[in-house]
Amino acid sequence: MAEQSVVIASKAGLHARPAALFTQAAARSGLVVRIAKGSMGPVDAASILQVMTLGAAMGDTVTLTVEGPDEDRVLDELVTMLATDLDAVQS
Amino acid sequence: MATTTGPDSAEAPVLVGATRLHGIGVGRGGVVGPVAQVRPVPQVAADAAVLIDGVPAGPDEVRGAVGAAFGEVADRLRRESERAPGVLGGVLAATAEMAADPALRAKVLSRMDDGDGAVGAITIVVAEFAAMFEQAGGYLAERVTDLRSVRDRVIAEVVGLPAPGVPHLTEPSVVVALDLAPADTAALDLSMVLAIVTEQGGPTGHTAIIARQLGLPCVVQTAGATELADGVVVAVDASAGIVTVEPGDELRREFDQRRRLEQSFASDVAPGASSDGAPVGLLANIGTAADAARLTDTAVEGVGLFRTEVLFLDRVTAPTVEEQSAVYAEVLRSLAGRKVVVRTLDAGADKPLAFAHQSDEPNPALGVRGYRLVRTMAELLDTQLEALARAERETGIKAWVMAPMIATPAEARDFATAARAKGLTMVGVMVEIPAAALRATEILAEVDFVSLGTNDLAQYTMATDRTLGELGDLLDPWQPAVLDLVALTAQAGRDLGKPVGVCGESASDPLLALVLAGFGATTLSMSASAVPAVRFSLRRHTMHQLQAIAAAARAAGNAPDARAAALALVEAEVRMALQL
Repeated sequence: MAEQSVVIASKAGLHARPAALFTQAAARSGLVVRIAKGSMGPVDAASILQVMTLGAAMGDTVTLTVEGPDEDRVLDELVTMLATDLDAVQS
Repeated sequence: MATTTGPDSAEAPVLVGATRLHGIGVGRGGVVGPVAQVRPVPQVAADAAVLIDGVPAGPDEVRGAVGAAFGEVADRLRRESERAPGVLGGVLAATAEMAADPALRAKVLSRMDDGDGAVGAITIVVAEFAAMFEQAGGYLAERVTDLRSVRDRVIAEVVGLPAPGVPHLTEPSVVVALDLAPADTAALDLSMVLAIVTEQGGPTGHTAIIARQLGLPCVVQTAGATELADGVVVAVDASAGIVTVEPGDELRREFDQRRRLEQSFASDVAPGASSDGAPVGLLANIGTAADAARLTDTAVEGVGLFRTEVLFLDRVTAPTVEEQSAVYAEVLRSLAGRKVVVRTLDAGADKPLAFAHQSDEPNPALGVRGYRLVRTMAELLDTQLEALARAERETGIKAWVMAPMIATPAEARDFATAARAKGLTMVGVMVEIPAAALRATEILAEVDFVSLGTNDLAQYTMATDRTLGELGDLLDPWQPAVLDLVALTAQAGRDLGKPVGVCGESASDPLLALVLAGFGATTLSMSASAVPAVRFSLRRHTMHQLQAIAAAARAAGNAPDARAAALALVEAEVRMALQL
């Protein structure tokens, strides 16, 4: 299992478009991806409803865990995503 | 449940006889139009049969059909999100992922395995998530609308009904709903939407966000709104948060006029001028390079006052030539050739600096401040002029430069000599000391232009500390003595054919701006947000009218009379539009 913490860079936090892009990527990986914020979670990173309930805002630290083949690469990809302002990239 | 109120004659006589619904207004527009109710979600029994192509699904097919319905709704929402702009697109993308949510789908299928009907299972599982969101409050609570729209769409898909949503609008309408989900908004033909009224939703909810983004008048939390019949005409007043049912002719006319004015404000981006084409340059006051960057797409003819103090604040030592020229160059590039008037450091008195403050002055407003710092710290001005000249050379763009707190023609000459020695070609001074206004002709003979700082001019003319609220009446910019000095300065400019600008707060008052232009001010500089109203006000008077307004104000015996005399000559359309 691979694990890493990352600070949310998107201004909107893990809501709206950033949350949609992140959960889509987690689902696409086909691996078991979980995300936690402090004592909240971990929850299924492919579930936008559960991810949103973490209420992660810009500047919050979240912890990702990935389990399965190629877990390091997937983790790296998802961490990079969260460390990017996804709103700025998209609009 | 509706809390409609009856006639409210004491508050607004024009509304007598009309029913008013009260809500929370978003934005400030007002509009009159027919109601178009968003079609309510069809009621479907919890155990309604799941259909595949109109045929009830067999026991083996139900799970697959429900999963496919979620997928279909998610796909449709994703496509809508790609077409939708900005914030709306983001919200729709998130809504699409809610429909695609594996946890949501798994819980629904699990309940179905336990014997629930598909519709019942979807309803219960969504309600569980909605309760969780509502408990979290704030942003999440407002996403419940999105969640419910996913539920309604999936249920409609499962039982083979058309997707619930908005009516097909055939005429410009006021869209009324319990609340609008992003999916509803995406399906709306926005060119046909005059306003949005919702019974629920909050001022920071989706509907309000979208209304703001689209510039639509909007009233949320409007009790009774969903009981309005389709086609009934309502007046939506977003600034008051009131929806008036079947408004009278007078209110309709007022709203129509308000709307036309709003449109003309926004659509007029032409240079400032009187109705007969006499130009009055409309400029913005800025303090930083970031302010300048924001002006890129703003309809102003340039910057009439770049306060350079910000560069010097919170510093132990003065910024270097390099630091300053980088900032000046950035500002010049942002304005891309539009006029930029840079004011040299105006420190002292109410704007003390760590390295330039005269600490022992008993009367700092009358002490070593503004240009007078050249007596004690000549290198400050020298560095600043050098930096500006360097920025000009780097960008190939000319700047205008002016010094604050000039009292005599000799000071104006000394400043002009210093600035021109650096290669600067458009050199001016501020007129904010009565002595400079009284000798404006002699001052203007030394420089290329002047700019009136009306706040300080009022302070020094009336011997009234700007920071003393209790003497506010004496600081009134309508004081005839202050108007005299402005008129005198403007006249000197006309005589010599040199520009006279105004960069004090008075320029942003759409009534006083008429007086200033009437005196002959060639430019008015203000906060960028004040420009549209001033432009509108100027554009509706001839130069002859402006001169008559200015003369009437100056002929008055005191400040309130001066304002009243000017107002009496202002076009009724302007008085009404700007509520003067």
